[in-house]
Amino acid sequence: MALLGAEVNAGDVLFRGVAALFAITIVLVLGAMAIQMWVAARPSIAHSGWRFIVGRDWDPVRDSFGALPFIYGTLVSSLLALGIAVPISLGVAVFLTELAPPWLRSPVSFLVELLAAVPSVIYGLWGIFALAPFLRNHLEPFLGKTLGFLPLFQGPHQGFGMLAGGIILAIMITPTISSVSREVLRAVPDSLREGALALGSTRWEALRHTILPYARSGIVGAIILGLGRALGETMAITMVIGNRTDISVSLFAPGYTMASVIANEFTEATGDVYLGALAEIGLLLFAVTLILNVVARLLVWRVGRAPEGARG
Amino acid sequence: MISRRNLVSALVCLPLTASVGCSKPDGAGPGPSGSSGGTAPAQAGTVSLVGAGATFPYPLYSKWISEYNKANPGVQINYQSIGSGGGIRQISAGTVDFGASDAPMTADEVQKAPTKLHHVPTTLGAVVITYNVPELGAPLKLSADAVSGVYLGTIKKWNDPKIAEGNPGAKLPDKDIAVVYRSDGSGTTAVFTDYLAKVSTEYKDKVGAGKSVKWPVGLGAKGNEGVTGQVKTTPFTIGYVELAYAKQNKLPIAQLRNKAGQFVEPTAQTITAAAAGVEVGDDLTASLTDPAGEKAYPISSFTYLLVYEDAKDKTKGQALAKFLWWALHDGQKHAAELDYAPLPDALITKTEARIRSLRSGNDKLLPGG
Repeated sequence: MALLGAEVNAGDVLFRGVAALFAITIVLVLGAMAIQMWVAARPSIAHSGWRFIVGRDWDPVRDSFGALPFIYGTLVSSLLALGIAVPISLGVAVFLTELAPPWLRSPVSFLVELLAAVPSVIYGLWGIFALAPFLRNHLEPFLGKTLGFLPLFQGPHQGFGMLAGGIILAIMITPTISSVSREVLRAVPDSLREGALALGSTRWEALRHTILPYARSGIVGAIILGLGRALGETMAITMVIGNRTDISVSLFAPGYTMASVIANEFTEATGDVYLGALAEIGLLLFAVTLILNVVARLLVWRVGRAPEGARG
Repeated sequence: MISRRNLVSALVCLPLTASVGCSKPDGAGPGPSGSSGGTAPAQAGTVSLVGAGATFPYPLYSKWISEYNKANPGVQINYQSIGSGGGIRQISAGTVDFGASDAPMTADEVQKAPTKLHHVPTTLGAVVITYNVPELGAPLKLSADAVSGVYLGTIKKWNDPKIAEGNPGAKLPDKDIAVVYRSDGSGTTAVFTDYLAKVSTEYKDKVGAGKSVKWPVGLGAKGNEGVTGQVKTTPFTIGYVELAYAKQNKLPIAQLRNKAGQFVEPTAQTITAAAAGVEVGDDLTASLTDPAGEKAYPISSFTYLLVYEDAKDKTKGQALAKFLWWALHDGQKHAAELDYAPLPDALITKTEARIRSLRSGNDKLLPGG
């Protein structure tokens, strides 16, 4: 007995050590990356100071670096993508777990997950050759005609721009959000569903008042995962967004994202300040991602608590 | 238990069999045709060179490397096309045997490099204007004023008098010009902006030359393929790409009016003519844009390999010097096949002298140097 106990303990200790090592590795890698970027960014921080974050001028020839257009472009394209992708993904997830006949479930979910396996450069090429011409010739004229009174839908129809970027990102994050949401909805105990239905709820009421509230935090997690992918996506969006360092309200106008400018300019960048500016954008992207994650988690925490009391 | 043991034995065997499989074909490699020197190179004499840099000459360099390797199986050259900026950084840090760059190193970069580096011009390339105007039959002809006006945003319509002036009789539409530029930092942009800054003082003051610049108008597309994609799918666009890329994709190419007032089409002859009319400095670098010369195409440039004057490893240094010599002579005939242009003769003589001056310690790398 004693021998057996010692053996189990040794294994436990080993397992614990290995698991802790892996966990610490992640923290160390993250820390090392942040420090490295900070060191690389120092010449730029010294050169530009706060103007870097609020400045709108990005001119490598004159060593003038302001990152605001990139921050704006990253946030707007990602939020636009979420606006399109979240309703679609939730619809897919709800349909697949609650409504679809069993024989349809696996082929549809397989197809949705297949979207996640398409390389982003393929999305980009599709964006150039199919999506942008479609937007220019059909969707943008239509939006301009019907919703043209909003500043969002004004200006020339070029195809390439913020709208194209948002749509490409939406397609790319839909499989992430929908497959995680599907797993979350599947984890809702059947007893809850049956209980709600037994109390006389319709399908919609059971979904709205029982199943979705139960799954809420998991779904928000899925959305955060999708947001993370949208913020960091580089190749596909840079191929369609138009790559101009402008800030314009119209979704038809071209924009630029933080990840895109790093990918576009880093390989050929020379000079400490220029390289530092690109590293600082990396650092900012890090910070923006972190802030959005924290905000989203706070949101879940607040929203998650209120109705629990109301329901009880 | 059994399955786990099997797994372990499989894992142990895998690298073993792989290494046995790998070591075998070494002896039976190159085939019967002897090398150019007559004596077959010894197994131990394999030299491997690593280089990194410009993407623009990559198709030509990889052709050279494979041709050179056929003739000299003892020399393995590995070229990574990571971009000119990366090439300069890596050779300055001493992590590669040679670097490559489209734009010559700046005085600042030369000074910062820990050892003396030399530029070796290898070939010539050109940047061409491509366009999408469905109404147009004959090739578009553009003056320097027209090109700079379009990229400054002062020429907005295709039927602008400055464009019409070069194309008498052509049906130019009353449509807005959609301008496309390269969004990624590139030697192509550096050469094109160098040209624009030379032909237009307004452009020079407002924008300036560089690998990435703040364009006053237009949309940015990533890479030659991105620019091509936007131009092909969007009517009434104009863009700039490398000659080799435009030729291989059969894009419409505009003729440009050079300094002598002639409209010139970009070909190997007109590009070499541009280089022949330019005085090359002692460091073997020169800007070729907007040259004199009746037949000279106005937007072209050298591309360079960057080498150490004093090679740390003599064997590697010798192998590299021989490869450079080969590229300068036998290699030039491959240039035109791939839509690059061969170097002019006068420059080849100058570059020969530079290669002969390369050394390792006190020993010259080439015999008779």
